[in-house]
Amino acid sequence: MMAIFEYAPAPESRDVVDLQPSYGLFIDGEFTDGSGPTFKTVNPATEEPLAEIATATSDDVDRAVRAARKAFGVWSALPGAERAKYLFRIARIIQERARELAVLESLDNGKPIRESRDVDVPLVAAHFFYYAGWADKLEYAGFGTRPLGVAGQVIPWNFPLLMLAWKIAPALACGNTVVLKPAETTPLSALWFADICRQADLPPGVVNIVTGAGETGAAVVAHPDVDKVAFTGSTEVGRIIARTVAGTDKKLTLELGGKAANIVFEDAAIDQAVEGIVNGIFFNQGHVCCAGSRLLVQESVQDELLEALKRRMATLRVGDPLDKNTDVGAINSAEQLAKIRELSELGEAEGAERWSAPCELPERGFWFAPTVFTGVAQSHTIARDEIFGPVLSVLTFRTPAEAVEKANNTPYGLSAGIWTEKGSRILWMADKLRAGVVWANTFNKFDPASPFGGYKESGYGREGGLLGLEAYLDV
Amino acid sequence: MTTSLADVAASGATLRAFLHGLPGVDRVGADQRAATLGTRSIKTTAKATAIDLAISMVDLTTLEGADTAGKVRAMCAKAVRPGGDAPRVAAVCVYPDLVAVAAEAVRGSGVKVASVATAFPSGRSSLEVKVSDTALAVAAGADEIDMVIDRGAFLSGDYLKVYEEIVAVKAACGAAHLKVILETGELATYDNVRRASWLAMLAGADFIKTSTGKVSPAATLPVTLVMLEAVRDFRDATGRQVGVKPAGGIRTAKDAIKHLVLVNETAGDDWLSPDWFRLGASSLLNDLLMQRQKLTTGRYAGPDYFTLD
Repeated sequence: MMAIFEYAPAPESRDVVDLQPSYGLFIDGEFTDGSGPTFKTVNPATEEPLAEIATATSDDVDRAVRAARKAFGVWSALPGAERAKYLFRIARIIQERARELAVLESLDNGKPIRESRDVDVPLVAAHFFYYAGWADKLEYAGFGTRPLGVAGQVIPWNFPLLMLAWKIAPALACGNTVVLKPAETTPLSALWFADICRQADLPPGVVNIVTGAGETGAAVVAHPDVDKVAFTGSTEVGRIIARTVAGTDKKLTLELGGKAANIVFEDAAIDQAVEGIVNGIFFNQGHVCCAGSRLLVQESVQDELLEALKRRMATLRVGDPLDKNTDVGAINSAEQLAKIRELSELGEAEGAERWSAPCELPERGFWFAPTVFTGVAQSHTIARDEIFGPVLSVLTFRTPAEAVEKANNTPYGLSAGIWTEKGSRILWMADKLRAGVVWANTFNKFDPASPFGGYKESGYGREGGLLGLEAYLDV
Repeated sequence: MTTSLADVAASGATLRAFLHGLPGVDRVGADQRAATLGTRSIKTTAKATAIDLAISMVDLTTLEGADTAGKVRAMCAKAVRPGGDAPRVAAVCVYPDLVAVAAEAVRGSGVKVASVATAFPSGRSSLEVKVSDTALAVAAGADEIDMVIDRGAFLSGDYLKVYEEIVAVKAACGAAHLKVILETGELATYDNVRRASWLAMLAGADFIKTSTGKVSPAATLPVTLVMLEAVRDFRDATGRQVGVKPAGGIRTAKDAIKHLVLVNETAGDDWLSPDWFRLGASSLLNDLLMQRQKLTTGRYAGPDYFTLD
């Protein structure tokens, strides 16, 4: 049956993004060729190649680190108020070019334009504004005012520009210079950011962008003249980096995986809890390290909640990331899609019951329907391993103590959510949950003033807020 | 109605226990959900569908002390033939003493006559007055009665009084449909909006309506969202479908379309008709007509091309 009120396609124009056939590295204020073989970055929604990207070899990385080292002298000697001016300027340019950046991010990453437009890009600007404000007030933060030197930063593909902002804004505010490697599947917005640095007249060498795959990242991390390493990505790679850095005097912060529990009590505001569950796991296709991938629901409301959740999931609009009405976009890469499929099949094989929202998936590109597994036990792989996709595992609990026990019973500890109308229970739970962020009656809310980071295998160090300064100062 | 719900109004205590046992509404979450749905981009064919649907759902309203038979007839003419090939509106909404005029003016057109009643807008009178106010409007030919609840009784926790008044007014309505105005701007919290919605539905409301239009804020997107969730849940629980009417403050086609998006993504197709969703408004109709013409001709006509009635 034809729906009464069918939304017509409402595509955001991609003409605002002027893509060149190929892009080089950004070193010492100039775009230069890389020495390694080029690779293609593709639009995951269509598999269409977007551009050829340079690979930085260890020699190229060395050039970038030398440029950063040279610039460090100038940059760190600037009064904080002067550094702030550059950061404010960058923040304003990001706002001015917001539409272009949002479209670019959706093209390269596959995330819906509604999210890149309303979440990613505004948060990116907010981070630069926030840390611009700290640049001349470091002496009041309590971590001293001495920068570390050159920061080597490696970021993931799920929030390419936002993760760049989390890394670069505090580093620059504190007087460091950076060599940043974006993820190989989403390099474009970092290269656009390089252009923004030029537009802002940032001194050459303060920000350097080197593109490439794991080897390039390894070269950044291992470079002897890098004083500080910051990484966001998988726990597996985080371990390798920790080993590389061990025994050196490099400072290290890691923001790694997660398997967050989103805990719904029987007295929760149920419609908003359902929204929070949906936002917790289907936001950004579930490519979120702090995603609420484990739903812990009190047994007494399990049936009611799951029925409401499935009804809501059936209204999710999956498809063209550039359509302004799309809720769930494309999976970022073929590799990630294969991983999501493999873990979902394992979920079924281990006995959990699978349900996917009825939706037509496009033929080309990488797609996975929003999926929920019920009857999941703590011992199931899908309750333990990070899937990093739009797949929710539902477990039940009987008492608050059991909820805490199950929520904490994971090697990760990045985030958690609590849904209850009872304030005292929120406080009690938040105190017991071993997670870096605990959201109460909301989920996946970010603010530059709020520190973010993990317990246990979710990493160490905090990004954002006053605490985010510590990682970039010689304390 | 299921047996468990039949006993809910057995006493003030059972009614209170039931209403306070409904799931809460988190204000931040409800506001955010409504705001997100407000970003839906409704263009081209979808916009044309939505505008005609919205026109057909309008309860074209005049509720002024200065209302006269002449004013009401002029409005009724517009309701029957809004302009061009636009569909007629759902109903006209007037005070009880002008119902006869309106009924005469819209006769045979399919446009319904709604009348506010029960000491509208404050509801501050005796039940006797409220019932006879209703009877007067029905006798004069009203197809629909828009009653107000006793907000004072509701806020002081006397839910049974509110319930019994609705039951009494419903009885006085006879065949006329009953819309129950919650005046959500005075109830203040979304928890109250949900409770009042259930209270009205349990008492027999055919429609639940946000506002009188005399109190600010009137219809807001989150309030409409909470009420749509209530009618959806009520039908799941009882099998009976109840309509929703946001009224007051909806002035532009854009606002109207946002409300239709809420209906579409919350209650669904079953509510996307004038039988189950209405928009109480006066100036809205002209903006809908203006946007409708713009879609056909590609340009805006000046305001003087749309009648002021």
